[in-house]
Amino acid sequence: MIIFAKSPQAIAKGIDYMAQTYELKDIATQVRRDIIRMVSMAGSGHPGGSMSSTDFLTYLFFREMKQDPATWRRDGRGQDVFILSAGHTAPVYYSILSRAGYFPTSELGTLRKFGSVLQGHPSIRKGLPGVFQTSGSLGQGLSAAAGFALAKQLDGAPEYTYVMCGDGESEEGQIWEAGMFAAHHGLDHLIAMTDWNRQQIDGGVDEVGGIGDLEAKWKAFGWNVIVAPAHDFEAIAAAFSAAKQHVGKPSMILFESEMGHGVDFMAGTHKWHGKAPSADQCAEALAQLGETPLGDF
Amino acid sequence: MKKYIDTGKKDTRSGFGAGLLEAGRRDARVLALTADLKGSLKMDAFAAEFPDRFIQCGIAEANMVGVAAGLAISGKIPFIGSFAEFVTGRVYDQIRQEVSYGKANVKIASSHAGITLGEDGATHQTMEDIALMRALPEMVVINPCDFNQTKAATLAAAAYDGPVYLRFGRPSVPNFTPEDAPFEIGKAILMNEGTDVTLFATGHLVWESLLAAEALEAEGISAEVIDIATIKPLDVEAVLASVAKTGCAVVSEEHNSAGGLGELIAGVLAAAKPAPLAFVNGRDAFGQSGTPAELMKAYGLDAAHVADAARKVLSRK
Repeated sequence: MIIFAKSPQAIAKGIDYMAQTYELKDIATQVRRDIIRMVSMAGSGHPGGSMSSTDFLTYLFFREMKQDPATWRRDGRGQDVFILSAGHTAPVYYSILSRAGYFPTSELGTLRKFGSVLQGHPSIRKGLPGVFQTSGSLGQGLSAAAGFALAKQLDGAPEYTYVMCGDGESEEGQIWEAGMFAAHHGLDHLIAMTDWNRQQIDGGVDEVGGIGDLEAKWKAFGWNVIVAPAHDFEAIAAAFSAAKQHVGKPSMILFESEMGHGVDFMAGTHKWHGKAPSADQCAEALAQLGETPLGDF
Repeated sequence: MKKYIDTGKKDTRSGFGAGLLEAGRRDARVLALTADLKGSLKMDAFAAEFPDRFIQCGIAEANMVGVAAGLAISGKIPFIGSFAEFVTGRVYDQIRQEVSYGKANVKIASSHAGITLGEDGATHQTMEDIALMRALPEMVVINPCDFNQTKAATLAAAAYDGPVYLRFGRPSVPNFTPEDAPFEIGKAILMNEGTDVTLFATGHLVWESLLAAEALEAEGISAEVIDIATIKPLDVEAVLASVAKTGCAVVSEEHNSAGGLGELIAGVLAAAKPAPLAFVNGRDAFGQSGTPAELMKAYGLDAAHVADAARKVLSRK
């Protein structure tokens, strides 16, 4: 039997336990199943962006990040740091943290419920391990990540700080303040990701906010910019590798993704930004995703 | 009454600068961040002695708050400095999410607070900041009264584990509290004992209240003067004990009437033992350009107005 919770066995083996046990595609499919079931059970939440960012966040946590649930500490000492700036995509974050061994998967069913550690948006107030900073009010996580990266730079620490932003979120001015700051201070151990799914609550990103050419914008802000397909693990691996090879500048990986990826009726539309599937839709989505060796929570 | 000597006019922001430098010498985790106001915040000495621990953020206060939160969670003790309006109203959501709700050990150094910022006018004269910061759960709100107290409060803020809002001003004002007095967060400071009326005051109004107490003494009125240097957490015990003795009080502050120290003390007394109160504050108004002295007089924030309020509240006992 596979033990997903923070068991002594899992702790002893750390993150490699999962990484060596499952294929990335199986983990990612299970994370999408978790997202569908969590949001459906909660009756509200944000599945669309959670599913567009599933693959690269799965890769990040299970192959890329230096992290270990057994030794996790909020100050990030001796480990890589991850900030979810687009805090509404909490379902993907919670599923990945749980599957990586930060807390029992049985908690996933408590999303958004009274008393749960799994608040509607990530909180450090409920004792949820793995979460470095609260988020939800958009545009702020890149600044916090820059703070973590700066602290590591001041201390001469070798670890990386990762942050995920939304493309709609990038309409917030503070994202660009942080962009200027990180480049100005040469924070080359800061690796940001934008989930470029081109959808936000009210419609298409180009229709609602006119964010335009993100690649040109980030280059103009002095960042090392990488554009990569978001649902191809080899391309994701290459993108992180390219980000780490660059010296002197922060890196922005623009992951070209599909909103609601993995379930046909949820894919590519803003309508699933913040809507829970009905019981029938949940069953249909799970049937499309298929079962995995990891098993449902 | 107890005599206080003005040992020479100094600005409270320079007290912050002196305290920051000392805090930096005591603890290598202390950092200073500013949004293009290093000189105004008196961070020059700190930046010269600890160039690697001074972080210039440019004119981008929202980002500065978030960066400070990340630094604080990483184990640093960042002081973020700007004008009061720009580290409160402009970045309220950032402070709420990243610092307050996020439990980040950030110290908000808020200079040029109140109407005594002077000539720049109402865009820069925040009179609402205490209300904003008071409303955040667990936020410590400190408004010291002179150079010495601001320096001591800065050291206390650095040593305290948690978010602190430290409010001080631009103009040179009397420096009259003892140089070596340690600052205890959450403790009201009894400046002068009296029996007829309590004069509660915070910030620049403490000196004005001492002057008012002198004027009242000449009329045979014994005024107790209490410096509420820490607005949150309020020293409720000291407030209740003093008013139990005097039976009435004046509350003075360089702040809007809404959400300030006056409403706070009124609430405490209303819940425990109501007493006649009078208020000296900026009422519900914006400021305007002028010298600090002109503005304090025009907005009724001086010793004469405190004394007048005391006479009136005494008649209601």
